Amino acid sequence: MPHHGSPHGDVMRLQTRSPEVAQRNTPSTFGAARAVLQKDLRLERRAPQTLVAMTLFSATTYVIFHFALDRDSVDGQLASGVLWVTMLLAALLGIGRLFVSDRDEGGLEGFLLAPVDRTALLFAKGAALLAFLLALQLVAVPLFALLLLGPTPDAGTWLQLLLVLVLADLGIAVVGTLVAAIAVQTRARDLITSILALPLLVPVMIGASNATAPLLAQAGAEPLPGRWLALLALYSLIFGLLAYAVFDFLVED
Amino acid sequence: MKAAVATTEAPQGAAVTATDLVRRYGERPALDGVTFAVPAGSTLVVFGPNGAGKSTLLRVLATLLRPHGGSASVLGCDVQRQGWSVRGRIGFLGHDPLLYGDLSARENLDYHARLHGLRDPGRRIAELLAATGLERRAQDRVHTYSRGMVQRLAACRAVLHDPEVLLLDEPRANLDPAAGEQLEPLIGRASGRTRVVTSHDPAGGLAEADLALGLRAGRQELLGAAAAISADDIAALYADTHGMVPA
Repeated sequence: MPHHGSPHGDVMRLQTRSPEVAQRNTPSTFGAARAVLQKDLRLERRAPQTLVAMTLFSATTYVIFHFALDRDSVDGQLASGVLWVTMLLAALLGIGRLFVSDRDEGGLEGFLLAPVDRTALLFAKGAALLAFLLALQLVAVPLFALLLLGPTPDAGTWLQLLLVLVLADLGIAVVGTLVAAIAVQTRARDLITSILALPLLVPVMIGASNATAPLLAQAGAEPLPGRWLALLALYSLIFGLLAYAVFDFLVED
Repeated sequence: MKAAVATTEAPQGAAVTATDLVRRYGERPALDGVTFAVPAGSTLVVFGPNGAGKSTLLRVLATLLRPHGGSASVLGCDVQRQGWSVRGRIGFLGHDPLLYGDLSARENLDYHARLHGLRDPGRRIAELLAATGLERRAQDRVHTYSRGMVQRLAACRAVLHDPEVLLLDEPRANLDPAAGEQLEPLIGRASGRTRVVTSHDPAGGLAEADLALGLRAGRQELLGAAAAISADDIAALYADTHGMVPA
């Protein structure tokens, strides 16, 4: 077989290649995850979509609850339910959009072509979703207190509520990232997201609403029930391990 | 159709090989028993009408798709079992530029440089942007670019990590002749890299090829040294399918 090599290929190759480029580090999982996370946050900052949609949705839902319940204020289990149902539905918006830019602009393939651990994408997307949820709640929870909540929580109650929010958000982020990775590979992505995420997030909702209800009691905040916090932590851990085990298979062909 | 010189044995030093490669989408075979070997530093140009399996072949070699039968290797590594070793040594330029429209050219390249673990990305990025004439627009968001500019930037992305093998899917699409010349040192023969390139241009494709592969409906219809294959042989791949030849 004749081999028609470039008559000046080696010369040109030296001119077009940078010696430093050959000095590559094998990117660490953490380094790759940080690159993806920073890229996602930069995209959201530059062209706000997900967070704005989640926040507007939450505010609108509180207004709807206000009129639908026909009450000036709520407390206890009802208040907890209203808060967490709203957070869950807003989270679905974030889950549904978690891989949208990667799917639409080929970013997922760009990532898969790189010599990096696929779980870096899991960590980055989970962290991005967690960041979106926490940012949402910075606005949505005070808004909930203003529009619907009867009792006025003191500083200690707010801190305990923060702990519940973080633990529940962790569960939502872990389950949501796994679901989003499954959904992005299918044609009916929006349907799959809701159909899979809602049942899988039921334990998170049970834990979160039961942990939150005593904090919002009309008679004053009651002690934080540790078993519901444990349920939230355990569920996040189990799903985190599951996601870690299967993520490679989900994003690769 | 004339069968050109077959190159089905994997010779010593082959940088890219495929052996009885099969890939299906559902029941439909996209690649059906494709076999070839590309020596290091050579260019294989793949011809074939739409749906022939050209892009699928590149995606299998790039480890984006798993083969359903046979095997393929890049730089001695099996793409299915040693995909980890292949990634980072290939540059892939497909129909999608794999760039984020809301990031600037520099931000896009910096992101990919971090994924590939480049130690001095700033210098390399500046070098590539200058080579492709994009340095003045480097801070602009990519969605403001023309298609030709996006293609040039995508070529920068593909060679950013200095890959040994290039997998190029119609790389000159959307490029005017001047832009095509600009990319020649990066992704053309002058790069000296091993290349697998798809093309619909018989004359142009053969001019840059060492080897030519013709696919039709996933099957290998033509394989051999480019010097032994004529533009008419390539055109016949299309004529039999569409009843017309490419311009």
